[in-house]
Amino acid sequence: MLEKTYVGVSLTVNRRGDVRPRTIFWYDPEGEIRKYRVDRLKHVCRAASTKVGGCGMRYTVVVDGRETFLFEEDGRWFVEGRA
Amino acid sequence: MKSSIRDFQRGRTILHCDMNNFYASVECMNDPSLRDRPVAVCGSVEMRHGIVLAKNYLAKAYGVKTGDVIWKAKHKCPDLVVVEPHYDQYMKFSRLARDIYERYTDRIEPFGMDECWLDLSDSVIPADGKKTADEIRSIVKFELGLTISVGVYFNKVFAKLGSDMRKPDATTCIPYKSFKKIVWPLPVSDLLGVGRSTGDILSFYGFETIGDLAQAPERFLTDKVGKNGLMLKAFANGEDTSSVKRSDYISPVKSVGHGVTGREDLRNNEDVWKLMLELVQEVGHRLRQHGKLAGGVSVGVRDCKLRCCEFQCRLPLPTHSPMYLARAAYSLFTRRYGWDLPIRSLTVRAIDLIEDTSDIQTDIFTDPVYIDKMEKLDLSIENLRERFGDGIVKNAVLLGDTKMPEDRELQIVMPAGAFM
Repeated sequence: MLEKTYVGVSLTVNRRGDVRPRTIFWYDPEGEIRKYRVDRLKHVCRAASTKVGGCGMRYTVVVDGRETFLFEEDGRWFVEGRA
Repeated sequence: MKSSIRDFQRGRTILHCDMNNFYASVECMNDPSLRDRPVAVCGSVEMRHGIVLAKNYLAKAYGVKTGDVIWKAKHKCPDLVVVEPHYDQYMKFSRLARDIYERYTDRIEPFGMDECWLDLSDSVIPADGKKTADEIRSIVKFELGLTISVGVYFNKVFAKLGSDMRKPDATTCIPYKSFKKIVWPLPVSDLLGVGRSTGDILSFYGFETIGDLAQAPERFLTDKVGKNGLMLKAFANGEDTSSVKRSDYISPVKSVGHGVTGREDLRNNEDVWKLMLELVQEVGHRLRQHGKLAGGVSVGVRDCKLRCCEFQCRLPLPTHSPMYLARAAYSLFTRRYGWDLPIRSLTVRAIDLIEDTSDIQTDIFTDPVYIDKMEKLDLSIENLRERFGDGIVKNAVLLGDTKMPEDRELQIVMPAGAFM
């Protein structure tokens, strides 16, 4: 079961305005913040999340060798997290 | 079909994109746990808007209809999930869908929040209607997670008819040569412009299908249906030449109205006067914004058994003074409404609008100086409200209970007549 999990993101923006996520900050239920470094940005497109709902810019990123989607919707970022 | 119209039409490619079960689809999109359950988006019961605004296909299978009151819908489908509307989300998805359409053409004419006509005729790349429609469908599904139905034809009316023929997530092309075979057997009520009362009239005289309407005698249509009869006949014959407006086109304002369902039923003239006075403040404000004067006023009444009636009268002098409009509307109402039943909702509309810079013909019975003074007073009130907020000046009578609903966060602009 996946759910919409809002995360913090540090990112860089270049002169052309291209956005590149660098680190994802995951807030676990105990209140601890876990950091995940984005190893690679593979693709950016506008898309809907069919698994958890919502739509916006979808960043296909590689974190710890695994490919995952990171969404930006109305200024907030979320991932398709496990409940 | 007349040859000039035929030649004009054949050069056009028009798509009608209709987002399926729009409100309900957006709710299911944002909350995937709703997707496998029957869902109805319903207005607030407390605000007395407790009816079904939209439903998904699972709810539809149980016979839930748009306009059903909530208890009736739940009676039909006991497991129905009722969700409240989120208009900000509907606006957002509507805007995002139009952003997608704009990648193909700048001729996009919205018809409400969830429908648009697209004219691909002048596209730089020669348009294959079916191919483009399929492409748009798959992009909307991928980017927004919503499905649309698309109708493709050479005019707007049949394009819309096409989008209604197959749902959800389908493209329907009506071939030019065989439109009579496909369109004419359909019920006449499917045709854009044939509402409930026109449909009833046509049906009463035995015109059940679009084909029947297409071959109806012109004289009969003018007599029974009025000036729109000939337009509908032309539509039925595929002779709609209306253009798809550009995205930035703003349709001219023909009337300015404001209506609400009261928190409780209105039971006497005093209740009506208070609510009217409250309503005309907004009407007067919007008339000023548009630079218009009202040449007449119309009062729409819906009683507690949901029966509607509307009264109209002309004003002796065109004005945008809220107080003058309120007095005219109240006088019209008291003359015409018999109080058979309490009133559920009330609408006041300024009609026969003219530019506020127009020359005005005065008459000897009306005192233009009085109206002028009233307008100056209203302008001062308007300025005060602009500077200090709407509540800064109020009629004393409005300080009590006006039965006006309080939580009115969004004004929704509904589709205007597409061919008027």
